[in-house]
Amino acid sequence: MINWESNVFPGILGRTCDRPCEPACRRGRVEEKPVAICRLKRVAADNKGEVKSLMPRAPKEKNGKKIALIGGGPASLTVARDLAPLGYELHLFDEWHKGGGMMRTQIPAFRLPEEVLDEEVNYVLDMGVITHFNHYVSSMKEVLDQDYDAIFVGTGAPRGRDLKITGREEAAKNIHIGIEFLANVAFEHRDKIGRKVIILGGGNTAMDCCRTSRRLGGDDVKVVVRSPFKDMKASPWEIEDAMAEDIPILNNMPPKEFVVEDGKLKGVIFGKVRAEYDENGRRKLIPTGEPDEFIEADDVIIAIGQDNAFPWIERDLGIEFGKWDIPVLNETTFQSTNPKVFFGGDAAFGPENIITAAAHGHQAAISIHHFCQGLDLMDRPAPGANLVRQKMGIHEWMYDNDIAADLRYKVPHEDKVITLTNRKIEVELGFSVSTAFKEAQRCLNCDVQTVFTDSLCIECDACVDICPTSCITFTMNGEEEDLRQRLNAPASNLTQDLYVSDTLPTKRVMIKDEDVCLHCGLCAERCPTAAWDMQKYLYNVTKASKIL
Amino acid sequence: MSYIRPVFRHPELAKNAIGYSRKDYEGAISTLCAGCGHDSISGAIVQACYEMSIEPHKIAKVSGIGCSSKTPTYFLGNSHGFNSVHGRMPSVTTGAYMANRDLKYIGISGDGDTASIGMGQFVHAIRRNLNMMYIVMNNGCYGLTKGQESATADKGSLTKSGSETKYPGIDLVGLALELNATFVARSFSGDKTQLIPLIKAAMSHPGFALLDVLSPCVTFNNNKGSTKSYTYIRDYIEATGTVDFVPKEEEITVEYEEGKSTSVQLHDGSTIKLSKLNPNWNPTDKLSAFNRVQEAKMKGEVLTGLIYIDPESQDLHDVMGTVQTPLNTLREDQLNPGMEALERINQSFR
Repeated sequence: MINWESNVFPGILGRTCDRPCEPACRRGRVEEKPVAICRLKRVAADNKGEVKSLMPRAPKEKNGKKIALIGGGPASLTVARDLAPLGYELHLFDEWHKGGGMMRTQIPAFRLPEEVLDEEVNYVLDMGVITHFNHYVSSMKEVLDQDYDAIFVGTGAPRGRDLKITGREEAAKNIHIGIEFLANVAFEHRDKIGRKVIILGGGNTAMDCCRTSRRLGGDDVKVVVRSPFKDMKASPWEIEDAMAEDIPILNNMPPKEFVVEDGKLKGVIFGKVRAEYDENGRRKLIPTGEPDEFIEADDVIIAIGQDNAFPWIERDLGIEFGKWDIPVLNETTFQSTNPKVFFGGDAAFGPENIITAAAHGHQAAISIHHFCQGLDLMDRPAPGANLVRQKMGIHEWMYDNDIAADLRYKVPHEDKVITLTNRKIEVELGFSVSTAFKEAQRCLNCDVQTVFTDSLCIECDACVDICPTSCITFTMNGEEEDLRQRLNAPASNLTQDLYVSDTLPTKRVMIKDEDVCLHCGLCAERCPTAAWDMQKYLYNVTKASKIL
Repeated sequence: MSYIRPVFRHPELAKNAIGYSRKDYEGAISTLCAGCGHDSISGAIVQACYEMSIEPHKIAKVSGIGCSSKTPTYFLGNSHGFNSVHGRMPSVTTGAYMANRDLKYIGISGDGDTASIGMGQFVHAIRRNLNMMYIVMNNGCYGLTKGQESATADKGSLTKSGSETKYPGIDLVGLALELNATFVARSFSGDKTQLIPLIKAAMSHPGFALLDVLSPCVTFNNNKGSTKSYTYIRDYIEATGTVDFVPKEEEITVEYEEGKSTSVQLHDGSTIKLSKLNPNWNPTDKLSAFNRVQEAKMKGEVLTGLIYIDPESQDLHDVMGTVQTPLNTLREDQLNPGMEALERINQSFR
């Protein structure tokens, strides 16, 4: 439930998240790889047991306010979850016959099984959300003309970019747009593809397209990107998984022409380039002069990006649009220039990811609630925060302070021979509970804070001597730049603030560099006066309603 | 439970001149009381040996009995060690040093181990000018047996239970000076900026180097009225001067004020630079050292820093004229000159 409260879609995100958290994980500062946070969330979700009975329920008595949610993806579902317990009447519209949005249409079943998706989408829909599936909203004006008190737009970035080069029209039958291709496969409108397939593009959609093609009869599938391999946008682990399925990735080859013979696609001609970067890091692709290369193909999938598209929003409704047809929004409240209309997810600021959509949803829900109750939208409740002492005995803590030296564990995969035969067989098997426990022991406990009380310190140096990563220094105070040079270990990560105490009796100050602190608690164990204490910090993002 | 120290160290920590990191000089995690001064001294020894780039296997640490004598487990885990009998650390060190003069010897003792049961051994080690650093972790009490006052406790000092010390304390520094020790210093566990250079200097000194380190016992002798508590020492601490140890490879770069600074050249080419705080004291003049110690005692000051050094020190091997090769590596053919030589020697007595 904690997982669900903070994540909304723990089982889904535990399999598909872009993992913006992992690059931030401090484990990566003391050794090679961060903790497998994402996959641990999956284990927690998979092993949770029955939670349905614990879910918050929408009150029978409604509060009289009606909200339209356009688009059935993660952003809209999050708004629905946060508002339903408050008694709002929620109407959710989606063009497909089930909710989930891009999580259903764009993420292949071998990465995200349908049961997992259905379960977590239904937790929200079962909170009394009135669904209008198979209903494409074609006019915002019509929605505004009805008696909704507020409208939330979570329609994603539904338009896949096309590539207008020679031969595109003639070979249209065998050239597909990535996200449309994935949606057609998801809804079983398509179950075959040619033997030879080329995927153009280097993002996660391209990876999903090539791996899906492998499962629909493509046995010679290639990904071709125009830029260098290292500049590919796809997550490293998704590239790894694609390559493990015998899919070569050719780089520095921009497509020039689709070759068509007798009205049938024969292949694609690619140029050869190399990348050069100027001082600002801007990339230029320069032709190398090598001869063009022709690669045969029965089908080509174009997965070179997505755009926002709001053809259904009339431009005379007071909803202003800015650059790239993105709506003008307040970045805190997600309110558009029409006060009744709110945006979130990819529809708000362009393509991002699921967890960002959920974050937008939480904020938009607060705004909608305040808007409907006549409260100031900018007067937002503070996030929840709590600090709790962890000491139980001289060498005992309420958290696991013994830091495991293990390297990151690999998630086991199902045999390729089996997974490639059926697109619905999940590739990742997930950690076993025992491996997950070991992986979790790699955590450096960022939530447990080292709290220093200067009035208790007798400057015995015990903490300095014991600290395994030399984080603590007692020295004369000074300017930050100068201090960073004078510490027991270099403090070169400027994004990490130094923790500086008040002046101590010897006129020195205690300085702690949090950068590679292991939170092992040894400073607090060796402190004779409890000037150091380990305290667990809990942070709760504000949500419109209390979920737990 | 965490008697375990995590394996991770700061990823940007530098290596010393011979390619070792500080971790290579660490020992096991300490089991002494939290905040014990002894742990700080262990930390200072680790830092000094790391900075001096001594190969860990070229050091031997020898100790007696007591809290202090447990500490060799907590530093220099890759060095040789011998935890000996109560008060007998100097004898064991003497034996080891006679057998192998190539190692650097760190003797660790406490105020009980030195000033009571080991007093006889201590004075003879000084008399022989054994080439070792002798650290007394001096907390003025028997910490291992619940804090009874020791022989270095000052008269009038109060124990944790409130009883007053009735006898005058033995001043190990004054005693060592009297016995012609060639290197005498006192420091405080809570002042690493002074302690680390003193350890380096003591380890470079060819001869007996006494380092009397005041090291508060947080559990039994850190109370009000004790003269060996963190607060008391900080309130009354005085230094002879600031010490800087410059190894022979390095150039002396710090500018010292004319008239106030002295430098002492050691046999191995390294230099001790001192910035004096008292114009009447000269570290190579024993009389001035005596006076400075007495003066501090009368004023009730806790005098720290380098107190006396004899740059002409000749250690035991020099005095005995033994060979440069460590005795334990001499082969039988080197040790046994043969029948002919024996005959010659016998002839010389006839």
